[in-house]
Amino acid sequence: MKKFGKFLKGAYLGIVVLFMYLPITVMLVMSFTDSRSAAIWNGFSFGAYAALFSDGDVMDALLTTLLVAVISSILATVIGTATAIGLHSMKKRPRAVVESITQLPMVNPDLVTGISMMLLFAFIGIKQNVGITRMVIAHITFNIPYVIFSVLPKLRQSSDSLYEAAMDLGCSPVKALAKVVIPDIMPGIVSGLLLAFTLSIDDFAISLFTGGTSTNLAMLIYSKTAKGGVHTKFCALSALMFVVVGTLLLIVNLRSLRQEKEAEQQRRKVAQKN
Amino acid sequence: MKRTRLAYPYIFVWMPLFIVAPMLFVAYYAFFDNGTFTTEYVKQVFSSTTYLPALWNSIWIALATTAVCLLAGYPVAYILSNMKKRTAALLSILFIMPMWMNMLLRTLAWKIILYDDGIVATVLSWFGATNVQLIYTPGAVLIATIYDFLPFMILPIYTTLIKIDRSHIEAAHDLGANGLNTFLRVVLPQSVPGIISGITMVFVPAMSTFAVSTMLGGKKIVLFGQLIEEKFLINKSFGVGSTLSLVLIILVIISMVIMRRADRDEGREGGTLW
Repeated sequence: MKKFGKFLKGAYLGIVVLFMYLPITVMLVMSFTDSRSAAIWNGFSFGAYAALFSDGDVMDALLTTLLVAVISSILATVIGTATAIGLHSMKKRPRAVVESITQLPMVNPDLVTGISMMLLFAFIGIKQNVGITRMVIAHITFNIPYVIFSVLPKLRQSSDSLYEAAMDLGCSPVKALAKVVIPDIMPGIVSGLLLAFTLSIDDFAISLFTGGTSTNLAMLIYSKTAKGGVHTKFCALSALMFVVVGTLLLIVNLRSLRQEKEAEQQRRKVAQKN
Repeated sequence: MKRTRLAYPYIFVWMPLFIVAPMLFVAYYAFFDNGTFTTEYVKQVFSSTTYLPALWNSIWIALATTAVCLLAGYPVAYILSNMKKRTAALLSILFIMPMWMNMLLRTLAWKIILYDDGIVATVLSWFGATNVQLIYTPGAVLIATIYDFLPFMILPIYTTLIKIDRSHIEAAHDLGANGLNTFLRVVLPQSVPGIISGITMVFVPAMSTFAVSTMLGGKKIVLFGQLIEEKFLINKSFGVGSTLSLVLIILVIISMVIMRRADRDEGREGGTLW
Protein backbone atom coordinates (compact mmCIF):
# COMPACT_ATOMS: atom_id res chain seq x y z
CA MET A 1 0.00 0.00 0.00
CA LYS A 2 2.75 2.40 0.97
CA LYS A 3 4.73 1.47 -2.12
CA PHE A 4 1.67 2.10 -4.27
CA GLY A 5 1.26 5.56 -2.76
CA LYS A 6 4.86 6.33 -3.50
CA PHE A 7 4.37 5.19 -7.08
CA LEU A 8 1.29 7.39 -7.46
CA LYS A 9 3.19 10.41 -6.16
CA GLY A 10 6.08 9.77 -8.51
CA ALA A 11 3.73 9.25 -11.43
CA TYR A 12 1.93 12.51 -10.71
CA LEU A 13 5.19 14.49 -10.56
CA GLY A 14 6.23 12.79 -13.78
CA ILE A 15 3.04 13.80 -15.58
CA VAL A 16 3.40 17.42 -14.49
CA VAL A 17 7.07 17.49 -15.56
CA LEU A 18 6.00 16.05 -18.91
CA PHE A 19 3.32 18.74 -19.26
CA MET A 20 5.84 21.44 -18.43
CA TYR A 21 8.67 20.29 -20.65
CA LEU A 22 6.98 18.53 -23.56
CA PRO A 23 5.97 21.71 -25.45
CA ILE A 24 9.48 23.14 -25.15
CA THR A 25 11.00 19.84 -26.24
CA VAL A 26 8.71 19.67 -29.24
CA MET A 27 9.82 23.16 -30.21
CA LEU A 28 13.50 22.20 -29.88
CA VAL A 29 12.97 19.08 -31.98
CA MET A 30 10.91 20.90 -34.60
CA SER A 31 13.70 23.42 -35.11
CA PHE A 32 15.55 20.57 -36.86
CA THR A 33 12.76 19.55 -39.21
CA ASP A 34 13.36 19.71 -42.93
CA SER A 35 10.29 21.76 -43.74
CA ARG A 36 9.15 25.35 -43.73
CA SER A 37 6.27 24.75 -41.36
CA ALA A 38 7.19 24.03 -37.76
CA ALA A 39 4.12 21.81 -37.35
CA ILE A 40 5.29 18.90 -39.48
CA TRP A 41 8.27 16.58 -38.97
CA ASN A 42 9.94 15.94 -42.29
CA GLY A 43 13.36 14.50 -41.50
CA PHE A 44 16.44 16.01 -39.87
CA SER A 45 18.04 19.17 -41.20
CA PHE A 46 19.96 22.26 -40.12
CA GLY A 47 18.06 24.24 -42.75
CA ALA A 48 16.14 26.36 -40.23
CA TYR A 49 19.37 27.49 -38.56
CA ALA A 50 20.98 28.28 -41.91
CA ALA A 51 17.93 30.32 -42.90
CA LEU A 52 18.03 32.07 -39.52
CA PHE A 53 21.61 33.30 -39.82
CA SER A 54 21.16 34.53 -43.37
CA ASP A 55 18.08 36.59 -42.47
CA GLY A 56 18.91 40.31 -42.28
CA ASP A 57 15.93 41.17 -40.04
CA VAL A 58 16.98 38.55 -37.53
CA MET A 59 20.57 39.84 -37.48
CA ASP A 60 19.36 43.42 -36.98
CA ALA A 61 17.12 42.32 -34.10
CA LEU A 62 20.00 40.35 -32.57
CA LEU A 63 22.22 43.42 -32.68
CA THR A 64 19.50 45.57 -31.07
CA THR A 65 18.88 42.96 -28.37
CA LEU A 66 22.56 42.67 -27.44
CA LEU A 67 23.18 46.42 -27.57
CA VAL A 68 20.20 47.14 -25.31
CA ALA A 69 21.11 44.28 -22.95
CA VAL A 70 24.76 45.33 -22.54
CA ILE A 71 24.09 49.05 -22.05
CA SER A 72 21.03 48.65 -19.84
CA SER A 73 22.47 45.93 -17.61
CA ILE A 74 25.70 47.86 -16.96
CA LEU A 75 23.92 51.15 -16.24
CA ALA A 76 21.27 49.42 -14.11
CA THR A 77 24.03 47.72 -12.11
CA VAL A 78 25.87 51.00 -11.49
CA ILE A 79 22.72 52.89 -10.48
CA GLY A 80 21.29 49.92 -8.55
CA THR A 81 24.48 49.25 -6.57
CA ALA A 82 24.94 52.91 -5.62
CA THR A 83 21.29 53.10 -4.61
CA ALA A 84 21.52 49.91 -2.53
CA ILE A 85 24.58 51.22 -0.63
CA GLY A 86 22.78 54.52 -0.01
CA LEU A 87 19.54 52.82 1.01
CA HIS A 88 21.37 50.53 3.41
CA SER A 89 22.59 53.47 5.48
CA MET A 90 19.23 55.28 5.42
CA LYS A 91 16.69 55.46 8.23
CA LYS A 92 14.05 52.77 8.31
CA ARG A 93 10.98 54.78 7.34
CA PRO A 94 12.22 56.56 4.19
CA ARG A 95 13.96 53.37 3.15
CA ALA A 96 10.70 51.43 3.37
CA VAL A 97 8.95 54.02 1.18
CA VAL A 98 11.68 53.87 -1.49
CA GLU A 99 11.77 50.08 -1.38
CA SER A 100 8.03 49.73 -1.90
CA ILE A 101 7.99 52.17 -4.83
CA THR A 102 10.97 50.29 -6.27
CA GLN A 103 8.95 47.09 -6.15
CA LEU A 104 6.27 48.61 -8.41
CA PRO A 105 7.91 47.55 -11.71
CA MET A 106 8.30 44.04 -10.30
CA VAL A 107 4.64 43.61 -9.29
CA ASN A 108 3.02 45.64 -12.07
CA PRO A 109 1.90 43.63 -15.08
CA ASP A 110 4.48 44.10 -17.89
CA LEU A 111 1.70 45.40 -20.09
CA VAL A 112 1.05 48.29 -17.69
CA THR A 113 4.76 49.09 -17.25
CA GLY A 114 5.18 49.08 -21.02
CA ILE A 115 2.28 51.35 -21.91
CA SER A 116 2.95 53.76 -19.05
CA MET A 117 6.53 54.27 -20.30
CA MET A 118 5.23 54.62 -23.84
CA LEU A 119 2.94 57.43 -22.66
CA LEU A 120 5.80 59.16 -20.83
CA PHE A 121 7.98 59.05 -23.94
CA ALA A 122 5.12 60.34 -26.07
CA PHE A 123 4.52 63.18 -23.63
CA ILE A 124 8.12 64.36 -23.30
CA GLY A 125 8.59 63.83 -27.02
CA ILE A 126 11.20 61.10 -27.35
CA LYS A 127 10.40 60.03 -30.89
CA GLN A 128 9.63 56.53 -32.16
CA ASN A 129 12.72 56.51 -34.39
CA VAL A 130 15.07 56.62 -31.41
CA GLY A 131 13.59 53.32 -30.28
CA ILE A 132 16.91 52.07 -28.94
CA THR A 133 17.18 54.98 -26.48
CA ARG A 134 13.59 54.40 -25.36
CA MET A 135 14.19 50.68 -24.98
CA VAL A 136 17.41 51.26 -23.01
CA ILE A 137 15.66 53.63 -20.58
CA ALA A 138 12.78 51.18 -20.12
CA HIS A 139 15.12 48.23 -19.58
CA ILE A 140 17.26 50.13 -17.05
CA THR A 141 14.06 50.97 -15.18
CA PHE A 142 12.80 47.40 -14.90
CA ASN A 143 16.32 46.09 -14.15
CA ILE A 144 17.27 48.48 -11.32
CA PRO A 145 14.94 46.80 -8.78
CA TYR A 146 16.48 43.38 -9.45
CA VAL A 147 20.00 44.78 -8.93
CA ILE A 148 18.98 46.60 -5.74
CA PHE A 149 17.34 43.51 -4.29
CA SER A 150 20.30 41.26 -5.07
CA VAL A 151 22.82 43.72 -3.56
CA LEU A 152 20.87 44.66 -0.40
CA PRO A 153 21.08 41.20 1.24
CA LYS A 154 24.88 41.21 0.75
CA LEU A 155 25.08 44.59 2.50
CA ARG A 156 23.05 43.23 5.37
CA GLN A 157 25.48 40.30 5.71
CA SER A 158 28.61 42.45 5.63
CA SER A 159 29.53 44.37 8.74
CA ASP A 160 29.31 48.17 8.90
CA SER A 161 32.30 48.28 11.21
CA LEU A 162 34.58 47.29 8.29
CA TYR A 163 33.71 50.53 6.51
CA GLU A 164 34.19 52.51 9.73
CA ALA A 165 37.49 50.76 10.46
CA ALA A 166 38.77 51.67 6.98
CA MET A 167 37.85 55.31 7.64
CA ASP A 168 39.54 55.24 11.06
CA LEU A 169 42.67 53.90 9.41
CA GLY A 170 42.74 56.94 7.15
CA CYS A 171 40.74 55.95 4.07
CA SER A 172 38.63 58.60 2.38
CA PRO A 173 34.94 57.60 2.09
CA VAL A 174 35.39 56.94 -1.64
CA LYS A 175 38.45 54.78 -1.04
CA ALA A 176 36.74 52.91 1.79
CA LEU A 177 33.83 52.13 -0.53
CA ALA A 178 36.09 51.03 -3.37
CA LYS A 179 38.52 48.98 -1.28
CA VAL A 180 36.28 47.55 1.42
CA VAL A 181 32.54 47.74 0.77
CA ILE A 182 32.43 46.97 -2.98
CA PRO A 183 34.70 43.86 -2.80
CA ASP A 184 32.60 42.61 0.09
CA ILE A 185 29.31 42.81 -1.84
CA MET A 186 30.82 41.84 -5.22
CA PRO A 187 28.95 38.49 -5.47
CA GLY A 188 25.63 40.35 -5.15
CA ILE A 189 26.66 42.90 -7.77
CA VAL A 190 27.67 40.19 -10.24
CA SER A 191 24.39 38.30 -9.65
CA GLY A 192 22.46 41.51 -10.23
CA LEU A 193 24.37 42.23 -13.45
CA LEU A 194 23.80 38.72 -14.79
CA LEU A 195 20.11 38.80 -13.90
CA ALA A 196 19.68 42.25 -15.50
CA PHE A 197 21.42 41.11 -18.68
CA THR A 198 19.27 37.98 -18.88
CA LEU A 199 15.98 39.76 -18.22
CA SER A 200 16.88 42.32 -20.86
CA ILE A 201 17.61 39.74 -23.58
CA ASP A 202 14.42 37.94 -22.65
CA ASP A 203 12.08 40.93 -22.48
CA PHE A 204 9.09 41.06 -24.75
CA ALA A 205 6.13 43.09 -23.46
CA ILE A 206 7.94 46.20 -22.29
CA SER A 207 10.07 46.36 -25.44
CA LEU A 208 6.98 45.95 -27.60
CA PHE A 209 5.49 49.19 -26.28
CA THR A 210 8.68 51.23 -26.01
CA GLY A 211 10.70 49.95 -28.97
CA GLY A 212 9.11 52.14 -31.64
CA THR A 213 10.91 51.45 -34.89
CA SER A 214 13.57 49.28 -33.23
CA THR A 215 12.84 45.60 -32.90
CA ASN A 216 14.44 43.09 -30.54
CA LEU A 217 14.41 39.31 -30.96
CA ALA A 218 11.27 38.63 -28.92
CA MET A 219 9.36 41.39 -30.75
CA LEU A 220 10.46 39.93 -34.09
CA ILE A 221 9.31 36.44 -33.13
CA TYR A 222 5.95 37.84 -32.04
CA SER A 223 5.40 39.88 -35.19
CA LYS A 224 6.25 36.92 -37.43
CA THR A 225 4.33 34.20 -35.59
CA ALA A 226 1.28 35.89 -34.02
CA LYS A 227 -0.92 35.26 -37.05
CA GLY A 228 -0.86 32.16 -39.26
CA GLY A 229 1.62 29.27 -39.20
CA VAL A 230 5.09 29.22 -37.67
CA HIS A 231 8.13 29.23 -39.96
CA THR A 232 10.85 26.84 -38.73
CA LYS A 233 13.30 29.77 -38.78
CA PHE A 234 11.53 31.27 -35.78
CA CYS A 235 11.31 27.90 -34.14
CA ALA A 236 15.11 27.73 -34.36
CA LEU A 237 15.45 31.27 -33.02
CA SER A 238 13.17 30.47 -30.07
CA ALA A 239 15.13 27.29 -29.39
CA LEU A 240 18.39 29.25 -29.30
CA MET A 241 16.91 31.90 -26.99
CA PHE A 242 15.64 29.18 -24.68
CA VAL A 243 19.03 27.55 -24.42
CA VAL A 244 20.96 30.80 -23.92
CA VAL A 245 18.54 32.37 -21.43
CA GLY A 246 17.99 29.04 -19.65
CA THR A 247 21.73 28.57 -19.15
CA LEU A 248 22.16 32.12 -17.86
CA LEU A 249 19.27 31.69 -15.42
CA LEU A 250 20.61 28.39 -14.19
CA ILE A 251 23.95 30.09 -13.48
CA VAL A 252 22.25 32.97 -11.63
CA ASN A 253 20.11 30.62 -9.55
CA LEU A 254 22.93 28.23 -8.69
CA ARG A 255 25.09 31.23 -7.69
CA SER A 256 22.48 32.55 -5.29
CA LEU A 257 21.88 29.05 -3.91
CA ARG A 258 25.62 28.67 -3.22
CA GLN A 259 25.84 32.14 -1.69
CA GLU A 260 22.97 31.37 0.66
CA LYS A 261 24.73 28.21 1.74
CA GLU A 262 28.00 30.05 2.39
CA ALA A 263 26.19 32.72 4.42
CA GLU A 264 24.49 29.97 6.43
CA GLN A 265 27.86 28.33 7.18
CA GLN A 266 29.33 31.67 8.20
CA ARG A 267 26.44 32.33 10.56
CA ARG A 268 26.93 28.92 12.11
CA LYS A 269 30.65 29.55 12.63
CA VAL A 270 29.96 32.88 14.32
CA ALA A 271 27.33 31.25 16.51
CA GLN A 272 29.78 28.56 17.56
CA LYS A 273 32.44 31.11 18.51
CA ASN A 274 30.00 32.96 20.70
CA MET B 1 26.06 59.85 6.80
CA LYS B 2 27.59 60.50 3.39
CA ARG B 3 26.78 57.10 1.92
CA THR B 4 23.07 57.96 1.86
CA ARG B 5 23.77 60.42 -0.95
CA LEU B 6 24.65 57.57 -3.26
CA ALA B 7 20.94 56.77 -3.44
CA TYR B 8 19.88 60.35 -4.25
CA PRO B 9 20.18 60.19 -8.06
CA TYR B 10 17.83 57.22 -8.09
CA ILE B 11 15.47 58.47 -5.38
CA PHE B 12 15.12 62.03 -6.69
CA VAL B 13 15.54 61.59 -10.44
CA TRP B 14 15.10 58.10 -11.82
CA MET B 15 12.36 56.81 -9.55
CA PRO B 16 10.00 59.81 -9.82
CA LEU B 17 10.64 60.28 -13.54
CA PHE B 18 10.51 56.69 -14.78
CA ILE B 19 8.48 54.78 -12.18
CA VAL B 20 6.02 57.24 -10.61
CA ALA B 21 5.38 59.67 -13.50
CA PRO B 22 4.54 57.00 -16.12
CA MET B 23 1.83 55.60 -13.85
CA LEU B 24 0.31 59.07 -13.50
CA PHE B 25 0.34 59.48 -17.26
CA VAL B 26 -2.03 56.56 -17.64
CA ALA B 27 -4.60 58.45 -15.57
CA TYR B 28 -3.78 61.70 -17.37
CA TYR B 29 -4.34 60.29 -20.87
CA ALA B 30 -7.57 58.62 -19.76
CA PHE B 31 -9.14 61.88 -18.59
CA PHE B 32 -7.41 64.62 -20.59
CA ASP B 33 -7.46 65.38 -24.28
CA ASN B 34 -4.82 67.94 -25.26
CA GLY B 35 -4.86 69.41 -21.77
CA THR B 36 -8.64 69.69 -21.35
CA PHE B 37 -10.59 67.42 -19.03
CA THR B 38 -12.88 64.94 -20.73
CA THR B 39 -15.00 61.94 -19.79
CA GLU B 40 -15.42 61.02 -23.45
CA TYR B 41 -13.11 57.99 -23.25
CA VAL B 42 -14.74 56.59 -20.13
CA LYS B 43 -18.17 56.88 -21.80
CA GLN B 44 -16.82 55.24 -24.94
CA VAL B 45 -15.41 52.31 -23.00
CA PHE B 46 -18.50 51.62 -20.94
CA SER B 47 -21.02 52.07 -23.75
CA SER B 48 -19.17 49.94 -26.29
CA THR B 49 -20.09 46.34 -27.01
CA THR B 50 -16.51 45.15 -27.63
CA TYR B 51 -14.69 46.12 -24.44
CA LEU B 52 -16.89 44.58 -21.78
CA PRO B 53 -17.11 41.08 -23.36
CA ALA B 54 -13.30 41.09 -23.64
CA LEU B 55 -13.06 42.06 -19.98
CA TRP B 56 -15.40 39.20 -19.12
CA ASN B 57 -13.25 36.82 -21.23
CA SER B 58 -10.15 37.90 -19.33
CA ILE B 59 -11.84 37.47 -15.96
CA TRP B 60 -13.13 33.95 -16.63
CA ILE B 61 -9.88 32.82 -18.25
CA ALA B 62 -7.94 34.19 -15.27
CA LEU B 63 -10.30 32.57 -12.76
CA ALA B 64 -10.25 29.19 -14.51
CA THR B 65 -6.45 29.34 -14.85
CA THR B 66 -6.06 30.14 -11.16
CA ALA B 67 -8.39 27.30 -10.12
CA VAL B 68 -6.69 24.67 -12.30
CA CYS B 69 -3.19 25.84 -11.28
CA LEU B 70 -4.16 25.60 -7.60
CA LEU B 71 -5.69 22.13 -7.92
CA ALA B 72 -2.83 20.77 -10.03
CA GLY B 73 -0.01 22.71 -8.36
CA TYR B 74 -0.79 22.10 -4.69
CA PRO B 75 -0.18 18.34 -4.86
CA VAL B 76 3.15 18.97 -6.62
CA ALA B 77 4.28 21.36 -3.89
CA TYR B 78 3.00 18.98 -1.21
CA ILE B 79 4.79 15.92 -2.60
CA LEU B 80 8.01 17.89 -3.07
CA SER B 81 7.87 19.26 0.49
CA ASN B 82 7.69 15.73 1.89
CA MET B 83 10.80 14.53 0.09
CA LYS B 84 14.35 14.41 1.40
CA LYS B 85 15.80 17.90 1.51
CA ARG B 86 18.44 17.37 -1.18
CA THR B 87 16.13 15.61 -3.66
CA ALA B 88 13.45 18.24 -3.11
CA ALA B 89 15.90 21.08 -3.68
CA LEU B 90 17.01 19.59 -6.98
CA LEU B 91 13.52 18.64 -8.15
CA SER B 92 12.06 22.00 -7.20
CA ILE B 93 14.47 23.69 -9.63
CA LEU B 94 12.91 21.53 -12.35
CA PHE B 95 9.45 22.79 -11.48
CA ILE B 96 10.43 26.40 -10.95
CA MET B 97 12.74 26.87 -13.97
CA PRO B 98 9.83 27.36 -16.44
CA MET B 99 8.74 30.33 -14.33
CA TRP B 100 11.80 32.17 -15.58
CA MET B 101 11.41 31.15 -19.18
CA ASN B 102 10.03 33.57 -21.72
CA MET B 103 6.26 33.34 -21.78
CA LEU B 104 6.03 34.36 -25.42
CA LEU B 105 8.24 31.45 -26.46
CA ARG B 106 6.37 29.01 -24.24
CA THR B 107 3.12 30.15 -25.84
CA LEU B 108 4.70 29.74 -29.27
CA ALA B 109 5.53 26.14 -28.37
CA TRP B 110 1.80 25.50 -27.85
CA LYS B 111 1.02 27.05 -31.20
CA ILE B 112 3.39 24.58 -32.87
CA ILE B 113 1.79 21.65 -31.04
CA LEU B 114 -1.81 22.68 -31.63
CA TYR B 115 -1.46 23.96 -35.20
CA ASP B 116 -3.27 22.23 -38.07
CA ASP B 117 -1.48 18.92 -38.82
CA GLY B 118 0.64 19.44 -35.69
CA ILE B 119 1.55 16.76 -33.16
CA VAL B 120 -1.76 16.74 -31.26
CA ALA B 121 -3.82 16.56 -34.46
CA THR B 122 -1.60 13.70 -35.67
CA VAL B 123 -2.06 11.73 -32.46
CA LEU B 124 -5.81 12.34 -32.53
CA SER B 125 -6.03 11.12 -36.13
CA TRP B 126 -4.55 7.76 -35.04
CA PHE B 127 -7.68 7.36 -32.95
CA GLY B 128 -9.88 8.30 -35.88
CA ALA B 129 -10.59 11.86 -34.76
CA THR B 130 -9.89 14.02 -37.77
CA ASN B 131 -10.64 17.68 -38.43
CA VAL B 132 -10.77 18.59 -34.76
CA GLN B 133 -10.38 22.34 -34.37
CA LEU B 134 -7.60 22.79 -31.81
CA ILE B 135 -5.98 26.13 -32.43
CA TYR B 136 -7.98 29.38 -32.34
CA THR B 137 -10.32 28.11 -29.64
CA PRO B 138 -10.90 29.24 -26.04
CA GLY B 139 -9.50 25.86 -24.95
CA ALA B 140 -6.18 26.59 -26.65
CA VAL B 141 -5.92 29.93 -24.86
CA LEU B 142 -6.83 28.35 -21.53
CA ILE B 143 -4.34 25.49 -21.75
CA ALA B 144 -1.53 27.91 -22.66
CA THR B 145 -2.31 30.25 -19.74
CA ILE B 146 -2.41 27.29 -17.35
CA TYR B 147 0.94 26.20 -18.76
CA ASP B 148 2.40 29.70 -18.49
CA PHE B 149 1.39 30.25 -14.87
CA LEU B 150 1.53 26.83 -13.16
CA PRO B 151 5.09 27.35 -11.78
CA PHE B 152 3.97 30.64 -10.20
CA MET B 153 1.49 28.65 -8.11
CA ILE B 154 3.87 25.83 -7.17
CA LEU B 155 6.74 28.02 -5.90
CA PRO B 156 5.00 30.02 -3.12
CA ILE B 157 3.04 27.00 -1.85
CA TYR B 158 6.20 24.91 -1.79
CA THR B 159 8.13 27.56 0.16
CA THR B 160 5.43 27.81 2.86
CA LEU B 161 5.04 24.02 3.08
CA ILE B 162 8.76 23.40 3.75
CA LYS B 163 8.65 25.96 6.57
CA ILE B 164 5.96 24.06 8.49
CA ASP B 165 7.34 22.69 11.74
CA ARG B 166 7.49 18.89 11.32
CA SER B 167 6.80 18.41 15.02
CA HIS B 168 3.25 19.76 14.51
CA ILE B 169 2.60 16.94 12.06
CA GLU B 170 4.18 14.36 14.35
CA ALA B 171 2.13 15.68 17.30
CA ALA B 172 -1.06 15.32 15.27
CA HIS B 173 -0.12 11.72 14.44
CA ASP B 174 0.72 10.99 18.10
CA LEU B 175 -2.65 12.37 19.14
CA GLY B 176 -4.35 9.90 16.81
CA ALA B 177 -5.10 11.93 13.69
CA ASN B 178 -4.92 9.94 10.47
CA GLY B 179 -3.13 11.19 7.35
CA LEU B 180 -6.14 12.99 5.88
CA ASN B 181 -7.07 14.66 9.16
CA THR B 182 -3.49 15.78 9.75
CA PHE B 183 -3.42 17.29 6.29
CA LEU B 184 -6.77 19.07 6.60
CA ARG B 185 -6.26 20.39 10.11
CA VAL B 186 -2.53 20.96 10.39
CA VAL B 187 -0.84 21.26 7.00
CA LEU B 188 -3.53 22.95 4.89
CA PRO B 189 -4.31 25.81 7.33
CA GLN B 190 -0.61 26.59 7.73
CA SER B 191 -0.09 26.72 3.97
CA VAL B 192 -2.82 29.32 3.38
CA PRO B 193 -0.34 32.24 3.04
CA GLY B 194 1.39 30.32 0.25
CA ILE B 195 -1.93 29.58 -1.46
CA ILE B 196 -2.88 33.25 -1.28
CA SER B 197 0.36 34.51 -2.77
CA GLY B 198 0.12 31.79 -5.41
CA ILE B 199 -3.37 32.96 -6.35
CA THR B 200 -2.14 36.57 -6.62
CA MET B 201 0.88 35.55 -8.68
CA VAL B 202 -1.34 33.69 -11.14
CA PHE B 203 -4.53 35.74 -11.25
CA VAL B 204 -2.96 39.20 -11.69
CA PRO B 205 -0.70 38.42 -14.65
CA ALA B 206 -3.34 36.13 -16.19
CA MET B 207 -5.77 39.08 -16.18
CA SER B 208 -3.35 41.21 -18.16
CA THR B 209 -2.07 38.58 -20.58
CA PHE B 210 -2.35 39.57 -24.22
CA ALA B 211 0.05 37.69 -26.50
CA VAL B 212 -1.62 34.35 -25.72
CA SER B 213 -4.97 35.25 -27.19
CA THR B 214 -3.42 36.92 -30.24
CA MET B 215 -1.41 33.78 -30.99
CA LEU B 216 -3.87 31.06 -30.00
CA GLY B 217 -7.29 32.68 -29.84
CA GLY B 218 -7.61 33.91 -33.39
CA LYS B 219 -10.75 36.02 -33.64
CA LYS B 220 -12.70 33.53 -31.53
CA ILE B 221 -11.64 34.82 -28.14
CA VAL B 222 -10.28 38.30 -27.53
CA LEU B 223 -8.78 39.17 -24.16
CA PHE B 224 -8.73 42.56 -22.50
CA GLY B 225 -4.95 42.86 -22.69
CA GLN B 226 -5.09 42.22 -26.42
CA LEU B 227 -7.52 45.14 -26.85
CA ILE B 228 -5.16 47.41 -24.91
CA GLU B 229 -2.29 46.34 -27.15
CA GLU B 230 -4.35 47.05 -30.27
CA LYS B 231 -5.48 50.47 -29.03
CA PHE B 232 -1.90 51.56 -28.39
CA LEU B 233 0.05 49.94 -31.19
CA ILE B 234 -2.42 49.70 -34.06
CA ASN B 235 -5.11 52.35 -33.56
CA LYS B 236 -2.77 54.76 -31.73
CA SER B 237 -5.72 55.92 -29.62
CA PHE B 238 -3.98 56.64 -26.33
CA GLY B 239 -7.18 57.94 -24.68
CA VAL B 240 -9.23 54.76 -24.99
CA GLY B 241 -6.13 52.62 -24.42
CA SER B 242 -5.31 54.45 -21.19
CA THR B 243 -8.89 54.16 -19.96
CA LEU B 244 -8.83 50.41 -20.59
CA SER B 245 -5.46 50.17 -18.80
CA LEU B 246 -6.88 52.12 -15.88
CA VAL B 247 -9.73 49.61 -15.61
CA LEU B 248 -7.11 46.83 -15.59
CA ILE B 249 -4.98 48.58 -12.95
CA ILE B 250 -8.05 49.08 -10.72
CA LEU B 251 -8.96 45.38 -11.05
CA VAL B 252 -5.38 44.40 -10.19
CA ILE B 253 -5.40 46.65 -7.12
CA ILE B 254 -8.80 45.30 -5.99
CA SER B 255 -7.65 41.68 -6.27
CA MET B 256 -4.42 42.49 -4.40
CA VAL B 257 -6.35 44.20 -1.60
CA ILE B 258 -8.72 41.24 -1.31
CA MET B 259 -5.78 38.84 -1.16
CA ARG B 260 -3.96 40.92 1.43
CA ARG B 261 -7.07 41.08 3.61
CA ALA B 262 -7.60 37.32 3.31
CA ASP B 263 -3.96 36.85 4.30
CA ARG B 264 -4.38 39.04 7.39
CA ASP B 265 -7.68 37.46 8.47
CA GLU B 266 -6.13 34.04 8.16
CA GLY B 267 -3.21 35.19 10.34
CA ARG B 268 -5.55 36.38 13.07
CA GLU B 269 -7.59 33.18 12.99
CA GLY B 270 -4.39 31.14 13.20
CA GLY B 271 -3.41 33.17 16.26
CA THR B 272 -6.56 32.29 18.14
CA LEU B 273 -6.33 28.64 17.15
CA TRP B 274 -3.17 28.02 19.12
